[in-house]
Amino acid sequence: MKIETNTHSKNILRFAKEHPEVVVLSADLGTSCEVKDFAKVYPERYFSMGIAEQNMCSWAAGLAREGFRPMLHTFAVFLYRRILDQVEMSVAYPNLPVIFVGFVPGITTPGGVSHQSTNDIGVLRTVPNMAIFDIGDATEIEGVLDLAYNYNGPVYIRMLRKDVPRFFPASEPMKFNHARVLSEGSDIALLSSSVCTEEAMRATAVLKAQGLSIQHLHVSTLKPFTDPQVVEACNKAKYGVVTIENHSVIGGLGTAVAEVMAENGINKRLVKVGLDDTYAHGASKMYLLKKYGMDAMTLINGIEDLMGKSFGIQEHDLEEIRFEDFTAV
Amino acid sequence: MPDVKYSNDQIALAAKNIRKQILGIAINRGGCYLTQACSSAELVSTLYMGILNIGPSLGSPEALPFPGVPSPTNMDYPKGSLYNGYSGREMPDRDRFFVSCCHYASVIYCALAECGRISHSAIEKFNVDGWNMEMIGAEHSPGFENTAGSLGQTVSIAAGTAHAYKLKGNSGRIFCMLSDGELEEGQAWECFQAASFYQLDNFIIYVDVNGQQVEGWTRDVMNTEPMVARMKAFGWEAIEVDGHDIDALKAAAETPHEGKPLMVLCKTNPAQGVPLLEKMLPKHFVTVSSAEKAEFQKFHDEM
Repeated sequence: MKIETNTHSKNILRFAKEHPEVVVLSADLGTSCEVKDFAKVYPERYFSMGIAEQNMCSWAAGLAREGFRPMLHTFAVFLYRRILDQVEMSVAYPNLPVIFVGFVPGITTPGGVSHQSTNDIGVLRTVPNMAIFDIGDATEIEGVLDLAYNYNGPVYIRMLRKDVPRFFPASEPMKFNHARVLSEGSDIALLSSSVCTEEAMRATAVLKAQGLSIQHLHVSTLKPFTDPQVVEACNKAKYGVVTIENHSVIGGLGTAVAEVMAENGINKRLVKVGLDDTYAHGASKMYLLKKYGMDAMTLINGIEDLMGKSFGIQEHDLEEIRFEDFTAV
Repeated sequence: MPDVKYSNDQIALAAKNIRKQILGIAINRGGCYLTQACSSAELVSTLYMGILNIGPSLGSPEALPFPGVPSPTNMDYPKGSLYNGYSGREMPDRDRFFVSCCHYASVIYCALAECGRISHSAIEKFNVDGWNMEMIGAEHSPGFENTAGSLGQTVSIAAGTAHAYKLKGNSGRIFCMLSDGELEEGQAWECFQAASFYQLDNFIIYVDVNGQQVEGWTRDVMNTEPMVARMKAFGWEAIEVDGHDIDALKAAAETPHEGKPLMVLCKTNPAQGVPLLEKMLPKHFVTVSSAEKAEFQKFHDEM
């Protein structure tokens, strides 16, 4: 698997060249959010707003009303938890095409609880008009801005930075409201998102070797959440459904899947793997995934629970796929 | 300057009519934001009839049924900005007007009627269920560019618009109207520092300094003075005027403010023109009891 570096930094230059009305607003974290090169190439389209996210959000609404396409860059947590009212009243209510590019989503930062956007999907799924994208690899970083640009309304992106693996072929960009099928099967339906897709891939590699048949969907559009593939996968899963996400188990992917199952009368068990209704603390991604039960081993335990049997898999069996860690604040 | 020239007498008459109409609403419906009408009647009339360079209304003269909330499938609904002559089509040399104190909606509607931007009969639909002329307006309501009910945000939206005008080289000015209680919002000060940082000298804020807010006199709830000195320290030009003096309100917009945004602090009296209110002050929302009704009605009829 190839590791790509600073993909957003390169991609936004390409994107900005194609769309001259794109402007970037930064709340003093642009250099941490891969728009340093953008600021050099397009200084007249890079607006430093200072550490003042509320004003940045409503200001962007003013720019958007005048035909600009503002892209707010800061850590994801500051784009929803701190300024939810501005997001809703200045941008979401009037359905303005503002793009919120939120970095270090979930537990992908050692910055601790104040920096970790662990319930952003849950909060923002309740906001009308808003589309939500959750990035899982370098190919998705390259594709998401075009999807955001073509969406008629505000968009929130959980963006990954620096060293990010490329799981999916560069020639197969992400599609709007369309999950990516990573494996076909009928024993278990597995839905994963963000950096937890990597965990899910580690788990499925080992489980497949045990003869398990898994329908694995990587989900990158969290709102809208009407992809028929989700219903199909849940319908055909013999033993049940399992989700894994870089987010609280309340409000995110697992909850969205639960709603779809209930609404479609799919009477099966669902195991939700994620942050179990708790805040986290500051540490490396690898450590946090394990400590808070958001990793491949926890996922395997969930599948064992659904099937009522043990596969006897140990941690060292999961070492095959190498991980990238996030160590910078 | 507006396309239509109004004399100070005409503006003063419009202000008087606004007060009278909103007093009538308060009497007939049991209450209204009457002290705000009294404090801001000259300010709003002078903006529409003596300051703003906006084109004729493009909106329906009559009230409209509520057109639905904005959404990806509902973006072409009739917008409140139409009544300020703005349809979304570029009009680079025209001004824009943002109302942040949107509980002043009745004042805006009545001012629109006074200068012929809506019919007088449209006011009958004020605060009537299912119509676009709510008690607290949103961006479908006549005169409203945006949805301003959560205070502190409209200054930033207006400043972002002023920034966009600068980027596009538009010569029009961006006006924003606040009431003084809103100056307590942190976001307003984030905006003030950014508007100064970006040297938005096309941005002009008029503040109705009526000195009162929901819980009492502003000075007792949370002091914001000295505002002129505070704004100057933030890199703005700022002046204080008598908010009932039409000439002073007009002249204030011409205050030199090169390279800086301008704030005009309009000192006003929330009982101006309706002395019966003096004993109630400070009063955010005036209710007229059945015991008071005859007295208010008599005053209204003699206005």
